[in-house]
Amino acid sequence: MTIPRIIGAGLVVIGAGIGIGRIGGSAMDAIARQPEASGKIQTAMLIAAALIEGIGFAALFAVSEN
Amino acid sequence: MVISKKPLHFIIAAFVACLPFLSVANPSVDSVKVVAESNVADEAHREKAGPKDIKTEINEFIAHHLQDSYDFNIFGYKNDLGEQEHVGFPLPVILIDDGLQVFSSSRFHHGEETAAVNGNYYRVHHGKIYKVDSAEADVTLDGEHHPTNAKPLDFSITKNVFMIFVVALLMFLLFRSLGKSFAKNGGISSGVGRIFEPIVLYVRDEIAIPNIGERHYKKYMSYLLTIFFFVWFLNIFGLTPFGINVTGNIAVTACLALITFLITTFTAKKSYWGHIFWMPGVPVPMKFILAPIELLGMFIKPFSLMIRLYANIVAGHIVLMSLIGLMFIFKSWLGSTLSFFLSFAISLIEILVALLQAYIFTMLSALYFGSAVEEHHHDEAHH
Repeated sequence: MTIPRIIGAGLVVIGAGIGIGRIGGSAMDAIARQPEASGKIQTAMLIAAALIEGIGFAALFAVSEN
Repeated sequence: MVISKKPLHFIIAAFVACLPFLSVANPSVDSVKVVAESNVADEAHREKAGPKDIKTEINEFIAHHLQDSYDFNIFGYKNDLGEQEHVGFPLPVILIDDGLQVFSSSRFHHGEETAAVNGNYYRVHHGKIYKVDSAEADVTLDGEHHPTNAKPLDFSITKNVFMIFVVALLMFLLFRSLGKSFAKNGGISSGVGRIFEPIVLYVRDEIAIPNIGERHYKKYMSYLLTIFFFVWFLNIFGLTPFGINVTGNIAVTACLALITFLITTFTAKKSYWGHIFWMPGVPVPMKFILAPIELLGMFIKPFSLMIRLYANIVAGHIVLMSLIGLMFIFKSWLGSTLSFFLSFAISLIEILVALLQAYIFTMLSALYFGSAVEEHHHDEAHH
């Protein structure tokens, strides 16, 4: 039973990683275009990343053994 | 941002100066010394005596650290006679079981013995108190290793509760002096308040006002500031070598999220409920589809707050302790050096995470409060 769980945990991490990576990349682009708006962009980036992270952790809990 | 190069030079110089010590370190003696101040010392000493596999031992140690405990145990070691010594202090145990039972947790002898109180016998099993029949009896387990004994209602001042009190007291003293000096000097804080004043202003200007709005932010400020500093201080305390893990306890984060949920629900205005049950600006069939989704979202929001803080802190602690544990698995100077620098780097990240999670929790709470008091506007509906 552990192997499907491990694969599931891996998939969760891949998904969350892609999501947060895209957010970070887009935020970098946005800051490069408009450096004066970097404060607002960072705030929005952190919120979006935190939301994805929350989903990622919830899924990790679902596949964890307890 | 310009950072002075002086501290950097100092760190590099100190690092270079320490390198020879690391490379000639005697793995069996010095690697124990390196972590002696952290609570892993416990594990290092048990390793010599116990026949148990070192990996299971590290696993057990991490699992034990993540649990709440009835005494404040800083570290333990084996003395010259081979007896286990614990450094720390006991905390009061408060049970409701045939009336109020109050006694010191030192009676459990760190979970090794049964406590006899007023003719009742209690025993600690995996961090929980169970009632047993006699002084000799142990907890009886069913087929799935769950205890079948009765569990008395437990209101003990455990390690986590104790730390919550400490942080509450600390915050009271810090911010009371900040408020007083602020009033006395006519708007200029003094002393330690100078560090915290900009942070308070940051929470107001960057978190509360943009998310809640100029009109309503004031009544939420007290809660937002409290939650920010409470979570931040507890996260930072969790990184000290005392083995405190309060925000990594799901009950604590659940309560924090519950308070956010209650404040959101009870201060919500008409437009908030309107957006949940009868979403404006969409066709009528869509309103029926959206209502249950939005209703579910009401509960998912605090749930995700709870999971996010808990999982972040627990994950950080597990990673950090596993990296320190690598030292005992490799048992060579290479592995110890690697483990030391990895855990150092992760510690730095954890300091960032401690602040970031406090910020995120406050920010999302402010966002939810903002949606609760949002003013009624018909702009979208009229187009």
